[in-house]
Amino acid sequence: MKKTLVVCVLFSVLFLLVGFSHAKETIRIGVITPLTGDVKTFGESTKNAFNIALEEYSKKGKYTIVPFIADDRNDPTEGANAALKLISQDKVRAIIGPLTSKVAIPVSEIANKNKVPMITGSATNPKVTISDNKRKPYVFRSCYTDPFQGAVGADFALRNLKAKTAAVLYDVSNDYSKGLSEVFKSTFTKGKGIITAYESYQKDDVDFSGIITKVAMKKPDVIYIPDYYNKVALIAKQVREKGLKGTMIGGDGWDSPELIKIAGNSVVGGYFTNHYSPDRKDPIAEAFIRKYKEKHGMVPDALAALAYDATMILFKALDSAKNPTPEEVAKIIANMKDFKGVTGTLRFDKNGDVIKSVVILKVDKDAVRYVTTVNP
Amino acid sequence: MEITGYLLQQFINGLQLGAVYALIALGYTMVYGVLRLINFAHGDIFMLGAFIAYYLISKFAIPIYLVFIITMFCTAGVGYIIEKVAYKPLRGAPKISLLITAVGVSLFLEYFLSLNAIFTANYIGFPRPFEVVNYDLSLFTVTNIQILIFATTGVSLVLLYLLIYRTKQGKAMRAVSYDQEVAALMGINIDRTISFTFMVGAALAGVGGILYGIAYPQINVFMGVMPGIKSFIAAVLGGIGIIHGAVIGGFIIGISEVFVSAFLSSTFRDGVIFVILFLVLLLKPSGIFGKRIEKV
Repeated sequence: MKKTLVVCVLFSVLFLLVGFSHAKETIRIGVITPLTGDVKTFGESTKNAFNIALEEYSKKGKYTIVPFIADDRNDPTEGANAALKLISQDKVRAIIGPLTSKVAIPVSEIANKNKVPMITGSATNPKVTISDNKRKPYVFRSCYTDPFQGAVGADFALRNLKAKTAAVLYDVSNDYSKGLSEVFKSTFTKGKGIITAYESYQKDDVDFSGIITKVAMKKPDVIYIPDYYNKVALIAKQVREKGLKGTMIGGDGWDSPELIKIAGNSVVGGYFTNHYSPDRKDPIAEAFIRKYKEKHGMVPDALAALAYDATMILFKALDSAKNPTPEEVAKIIANMKDFKGVTGTLRFDKNGDVIKSVVILKVDKDAVRYVTTVNP
Repeated sequence: MEITGYLLQQFINGLQLGAVYALIALGYTMVYGVLRLINFAHGDIFMLGAFIAYYLISKFAIPIYLVFIITMFCTAGVGYIIEKVAYKPLRGAPKISLLITAVGVSLFLEYFLSLNAIFTANYIGFPRPFEVVNYDLSLFTVTNIQILIFATTGVSLVLLYLLIYRTKQGKAMRAVSYDQEVAALMGINIDRTISFTFMVGAALAGVGGILYGIAYPQINVFMGVMPGIKSFIAAVLGGIGIIHGAVIGGFIIGISEVFVSAFLSSTFRDGVIFVILFLVLLLKPSGIFGKRIEKV
């Protein structure tokens, strides 16, 4: 009797061991994104998209992913703290995010130094992947960079809107805003346009009456406002209140439902450059949009699409690596060719930046409408 | 001709900003008068005023004058509670303890209210109770928002003046700020007078918060920090403890901010304001209207 019991126990232990050896290896992944603060709708989209990607991967992927999601409040210090905690305490193998350039730049330094691969979906400033002319080998992004986006905006103003004069308003404390406005200025001037006003403000400013009254004197054809939706909404309202009539143009920071909600009529008729349009006809994009709508009841914005692509790039690299060491994963991403994502087909250049097309969208009363696509 | 119009327009912009600073600066200066305390939590009461108004307008859709009245009562109540809980127990303590407590109260309000269960740390669009209308007066334009701000500030100032110089309670406030001990000997209830001063200051900050929310329609829990500091500078500039000094100081700060961003660059606007503080402290620490130098 006793003997049978021992045999039974031995067998069950054996089965358990066999079972465990077949269980997938776990990999910890960190996500850094602003879930509260001035760009929280961006952060929420990113998180939603990450979870959709994770769900898809868990059905067929090689590993079990354990996610650690951290809120950076769109604050560089918070972001850096979150990155240090994820790397040293949670021991993550890779990081998705951060969302904005100003947070991604310090975090990329930390990730690169600790040899943790990092892919940001949407940080467009060139400094994210390069510092002092040196490539950060562990840092990647799934979006285009500011020089390209700003140039497309300026070209669109010159050619499609036939603008002769432009005013630029930018946040001097924000790398994203500064980068875009510099490129816009140089491209617009090169195309025989005249920049009549080039005015800066600071992160916490809410009163723009001084600079807007000044710009209103110049009566520019277009006003370029490369900032995030919250600031844009405030500025747009004051621009119209001061009787400025010019068309407003912006960058991907405009892409939030909150923009129309806060700014109301004042932004209607404005244009902005973006990463993708939900109207895109493509099986991958359509499948993603459908899933996102089912889960979250709204059309995914560009940030969601980019975060999904960034996550999928990482998962693809993990699966194709023989042994997913940080070095191996970074090498595979760098050599990835023609990754088909929601935002289009992309590949990485020698800087870890992505080469792909820009879409231009127009703000209407209740939604944004697709206008045109510009290829690099 | 065009340049005069432009200057006038910028002047109006400055007055708009200055009016809000003046309302907040009054609270700083009155509390300093009776308690010799820089109430750093004052900027956060201003923020609270904006949030209360936001909930009143978006959830209840009540007329705008009721929004003002209810918000003033609420912020006055919060001012009363803060004084009772945080400052009264420290009445005999060194001034520095009181100052540190004020910073603590300020941080508590900001971070407690930024919890997700309460206001969250998000930026919230402030619903304007009416549409903006621009009145073109040939030389410059004025919006109905600006008229509302000027009118509300004007009415508040007149009421405050009447309160301080025409009522018994106001007399008590002046007496306490002149000399607390002697005032107590004359039978004035010091604690009640201090509480009352806090409530009046908080009510004015609440009005400032509503006006700010209407003028710059976006609110968040940290919105009181910069206006708070700037209004504090306005109070110091006018001479802390002096009522009309705070008002003039507020307008000077508002107008210089707008003119700096119009003629230099907005990048310098905060810098210039702090240089003003620096110069005042170096050259005339008692402020523009200050007569006596504090004996330390």
